[in-house]
Amino acid sequence: MPAVSKGDGMRGLAVFISDIRNCKSKEAEIKRINKELANIRSKFKGDKALDGYSKKKYVCKLLFIFLLGHDIDFGHMEAVNLLSSNKYTEKQIGYLFISVLVNSNSELIRLINNAIKNDLSSRNPTFMCLALHCIANVGSREMAEAFAGEIPRILVAGDTMDSVKQSAALCLLRLYKTSPDLVLMGEWTSRVVHLLNDQHMGVVTAAISLITCLSQKNPDEFKTCVSLAVSRLSRIVSSASTDLQDYTYYFVPAPWLSCKLLRLLQCYPPPEDGAVKGRLVECLETILNKAQEPPKSKKVQHSNAKNAILFEAISLIIHYDSEPNLLVRACNQLGQFLQHRETNLRYLALESMCTLASSEFSHEAVKTHIETVINALKTERDVSVRQRAADLLYAMCDRSNAKQIVAEMLSYLETADYSIREEMVLKVAILAEKYAVDYSWYVDTILNLIRIAGDYVSEEVWYRVIQIVINRDDVQGYAAKTVFEALQAPACHENMVKVGGYILGEFGNLIAGDPRSSPLVQFNLLHSKFHLCSVPTRALLLSAYIKFINLFPETKSTIQEVLRSDSQIRNSDVELQQRAVEYLKLSSIASTDVLATVLEEMPPFPERESSILAKLKKKKGPGAVSVNELEEGKREGGELNGGGERGGDNSAIATSNASTPSPSADLLGLRAGPPVTAAAPSAGSLLVDVFSEAGVNDDGFLSSAPPSVVSEDPAPPLPESNELLNKFVCKNNGVLFENQLLQIGIKSEYRQNLGRMYLFYGNKTSVQFVTFSTTVTCPGELQSQLNVQSKPVEPLIEGGAQVQQVINIECLTDFSDAPLLNIKFRYGGALQNLTLKLPVTINKFFQPTEMASHDFFQRWKQLSLPQQEAQKIFKANHAMDTEVLKAKLLGLGMALLENVDPNPENFVCAGVIQTKAQQVGSLLRLEPKRASSDVPINRAQQ
Amino acid sequence: MIGGLFIYNHKGEVLISRVYRDDIGRNAVDAFRVNVIHARQQVRSPVTNIARTSFFHVKRSNIWLAAVTKQNVNAAMVFEFLYKMCDVMAAYFGKISEENIKNNFVLIYELLDEILDFGYPQNSETGALKTFITQQGIKSQHHTKEEQSQITSQVTGQIGWRREGIKYRRNELFLDVLESVNLLMSPQGQVLSAHVSGRVVMKSYLSGMPECKFGMNDKIVIDKQGKGGTTDDSGKSGKQSIAIDDCTFHQCVRLSKFDSERSISFIPPDGDYELMRYRTTKDIILPFRVIPLVREVGRTKLEVKVVIKSNFKPSLLAQKIEVRIPTPLNTSGVQVICMKGKAKYKASENAIVWKIKRMAGMKESQISAEIELLPTNDKKKWARPPISMNFEVPFAPSGLKVRYLKVFEPKLNYSDHDVIKWVRYIGRSGIYETRC
Repeated sequence: MPAVSKGDGMRGLAVFISDIRNCKSKEAEIKRINKELANIRSKFKGDKALDGYSKKKYVCKLLFIFLLGHDIDFGHMEAVNLLSSNKYTEKQIGYLFISVLVNSNSELIRLINNAIKNDLSSRNPTFMCLALHCIANVGSREMAEAFAGEIPRILVAGDTMDSVKQSAALCLLRLYKTSPDLVLMGEWTSRVVHLLNDQHMGVVTAAISLITCLSQKNPDEFKTCVSLAVSRLSRIVSSASTDLQDYTYYFVPAPWLSCKLLRLLQCYPPPEDGAVKGRLVECLETILNKAQEPPKSKKVQHSNAKNAILFEAISLIIHYDSEPNLLVRACNQLGQFLQHRETNLRYLALESMCTLASSEFSHEAVKTHIETVINALKTERDVSVRQRAADLLYAMCDRSNAKQIVAEMLSYLETADYSIREEMVLKVAILAEKYAVDYSWYVDTILNLIRIAGDYVSEEVWYRVIQIVINRDDVQGYAAKTVFEALQAPACHENMVKVGGYILGEFGNLIAGDPRSSPLVQFNLLHSKFHLCSVPTRALLLSAYIKFINLFPETKSTIQEVLRSDSQIRNSDVELQQRAVEYLKLSSIASTDVLATVLEEMPPFPERESSILAKLKKKKGPGAVSVNELEEGKREGGELNGGGERGGDNSAIATSNASTPSPSADLLGLRAGPPVTAAAPSAGSLLVDVFSEAGVNDDGFLSSAPPSVVSEDPAPPLPESNELLNKFVCKNNGVLFENQLLQIGIKSEYRQNLGRMYLFYGNKTSVQFVTFSTTVTCPGELQSQLNVQSKPVEPLIEGGAQVQQVINIECLTDFSDAPLLNIKFRYGGALQNLTLKLPVTINKFFQPTEMASHDFFQRWKQLSLPQQEAQKIFKANHAMDTEVLKAKLLGLGMALLENVDPNPENFVCAGVIQTKAQQVGSLLRLEPKRASSDVPINRAQQ
Repeated sequence: MIGGLFIYNHKGEVLISRVYRDDIGRNAVDAFRVNVIHARQQVRSPVTNIARTSFFHVKRSNIWLAAVTKQNVNAAMVFEFLYKMCDVMAAYFGKISEENIKNNFVLIYELLDEILDFGYPQNSETGALKTFITQQGIKSQHHTKEEQSQITSQVTGQIGWRREGIKYRRNELFLDVLESVNLLMSPQGQVLSAHVSGRVVMKSYLSGMPECKFGMNDKIVIDKQGKGGTTDDSGKSGKQSIAIDDCTFHQCVRLSKFDSERSISFIPPDGDYELMRYRTTKDIILPFRVIPLVREVGRTKLEVKVVIKSNFKPSLLAQKIEVRIPTPLNTSGVQVICMKGKAKYKASENAIVWKIKRMAGMKESQISAEIELLPTNDKKKWARPPISMNFEVPFAPSGLKVRYLKVFEPKLNYSDHDVIKWVRYIGRSGIYETRC
């Protein structure tokens, strides 16, 4: 690069910049800039041509003003002129201006591209480099379009200078990244790959970045680079530190190139060729060996360069995951770094070890460092390093060391940094569950967890404990005992109260034998926490109380007393008040048998993926887990918690039918009504209330499943199904039905008297639907009018999946009703049953008919009998739009006849209804009256 | 309840920091600097909420005054206080500049102690403050006991703004009516919006505790009198009276009397003070009419012709007339010809500035300019900002007239006639713009 001579130092620019810097205020600066802009404008406008020097100077000033944040809307032309200068400094400033300030102005872009083309084809390497840098800096699509073909040629040409090759490789990389479709390597591929063999190390370094990027996109084309890379690597690794001269950095030969080579190799599986592989293994061994050698310099740059190569090599070893020997050596090397005094090294070592731990070969080797890692977790000063240590502990945990690791993590949790607590809690919970040998240990661990870090224990964690306790008979007694003890602490976390309330409510009887934990003691203990809890917890406790009444009849009076107190029965919170009222009445009215059925022990939960795991995934990577899983976590929680209530509610319905004379029709009628206040609870309405809870209190704490009537008989059609039907009169495709669980899409086609309908059942949840079945029925006389055949559908729909069902329809004769579609399936154990009307209407079998004007009216007049004609005048609900009307009429299936009716405002249609028995021709006339917006419709039928 | 008060220079360095309440920490100082003074985007709202703390600021030249509070205060009160604070400082050491504040920082702290107590504004009357906070530190210690007790009784008494026992050989009184007229006019000469904001500023050197009564041609008062008097008189005086839209008074004015009789009576403070402020929007006399003519000749040339007409009595002289004609941002050269005064293209302000020293009423003058433009790449059109004008005229554009100012001092033996009274009207331009 030519040195800037003294004379080129632009004095005017320097003065201007120092003026700006000396400005006392923003206003003064703006004034100075305005003045300068006016000066430049008058100079550019001036009649006499400016010499290159002043042009450069003014363009520089403009650039400076632009970089200060002001708009520049002139001077582009002058900058483009500079591009054609022969002086390096002028050209450089011109390119600088262009790459900073270019906008897609068509005429200028053409000029710029021309100048760049000239420079690219010049023999001057500095000019070529400037042009390439400009292309890369702008990197726009236009640039790619113009030069993507040119640059590979420069890159591989034999006579190109090395420095230009470097620039060309990097420029191409940039263009490839912005618009990969325009950069077609095709014919150049092999020659680009052979750049790895170039004499000049700089060219290789630049080319390898390009090759890495390209080979990530299409690995097969660049496969040949592996052997070249390996040989290049081995040459560098085995070279003495002085061999590479310029490319030796603090006694390390070409560290950047080595790292890039290793990274390139990570794009490919281990080489199949034995010789290549042997050579590579040798290289990796050499790198590992070198790490052991005493450092050649005390400088930090030396060790940084060396370690960078080492870590890349280890990543490659982990990537291959096939050389046990190397893996173990790498692990040992990392083990050494774990105690290094350099924090960054410790961090990197922990991070790499995390990946090592997942390899079967090195898992054991990693485990040997457990003490060091635990120590790191405890003593490390940097929180990010501690986080890595926790990750590693999690990764290295297995059945053999789970107890130790969980214990360590628990003890660390007490002092852990707030930012990582929640994640730690989740990890502990998962490990405890995953590697639990006996479940009493698991229960202990989780309760400890809640005790230590209650605030960070998310809902999922305690839901999971309860699921496990309920599903395992052997721990229930122990769990009851432990929570009872835990609750005796003077201050315990609300989550603990929740777990306690739930478990004692279910299994309190298992420890009731002990006089120290007699039913009354249990109740008093729980109730002592009641007032400190939030509303949802209180609601849960109330449910626990009613369960107590069932478990221990002797507590009945005490609990009724509590429920009856004003703070419960007149609580301002509707949920609590309702529960209190309902439970009080339930306990005083129902017989013990009924109570026992209503408040039966919870059935085991279906086994499924731990929701905690899903939560951790979500925390770790936002992309890794879909929203569905997230929702699942929530739903699961809701279900788990609401399960007890639901069991109770459903049984209560049964009781109401059996024991009280309250008519069930009323029951349904009141269902949707507002929650009844506690003022006048008569026996009849109470049970209605109990029933309505499932429907009204959909607060997530209770069941979030739709409140459908659960029975094996087909449910009556949904009230909105008629409306759904109307939607499809004029169209054939769309969404027929949708709720929280299920979406039904429809696609249908009709020809003559035959029709085929595709129904798509989409499972919107992440839980599978089982025993999924559908039936299509034709009620009443429709049976003789329509022939419907449906193919069976698969009984199982996976979460998020969609299944298709084909229904064939044949129209026998004209009909007016619609066939019914009944769908039954089990979602999470609960039977879902719904019935819809299939959108099959008579107009679907219309065949459009074209006819001329006189033909139409002749036929129209023929249809004069009263039963042959129907006329209806109705008010349009919406403003009438001709296009919309046309579309609707066409959707109806008839042909829209143009130029038939003398009044252009009217619409006239004709069609033939095709049934198996007969063909019915029909004519239609729609006369919109704008003034009154009445639409009389004349329709004649033959 | 102001929690604290900070004064910054333009760089955001703190010059004065006075904290009145414990809920305001030192970090509030930095919060304001970071979020307002050094904000990436210019903060335009005078009230900024940062971390549940409210900052109220006003800017005087390069100086930022910020009042801070964590409570829900009356924002209008805070701003009134800040403006008052500016007035007080200006009365003590003139222009509010960084240098003046640095030179007087002891005084400012002393003032802040006096005018705010635990965040509640106290007496901010310059005249009263000057009696006990003086700039001659040593002299002030020679207050006699008598004087000190007088100060106490004044500050705590009913009339906090005037002390007793003032004596002048010559009882003199100066009254200035200062108005600024704001206008936005369409190119065709249609008034789009116009209003006058005026102030009545007084300087009184009167002995004892005089009772003053100020009268002007307020429409309501005149109409009331007209009703009482003859009918033909009301038509005549109604033309001369003005409708005041809103007004505010100095604390010395008895508001109860104004409310009931609409008479302005007061015991004046000694020295300078602002008696009232008002605003009118009807029947405004526009002293100048600007007639612009802009012609675009192709893409590279612009011809501008501006005529100004003075619209008041020929015997009066307007002064300091300045017309500012904005030029496009791509101006590369300007030629100006004007009949009167001097005109110059100021590149740093992107405008042609035409100055005329004096101009009598009912005259007109003209400027024409040729502006050369540099063709630019972007297609956006020049927005044509309005032509603005500055001037000073010796009458009140609102039409306000002082009818009387009576002084009664029952205890001392001077009467209304013995007081020498001076009245002056000055009309200035506020934002006086004409679109072109």
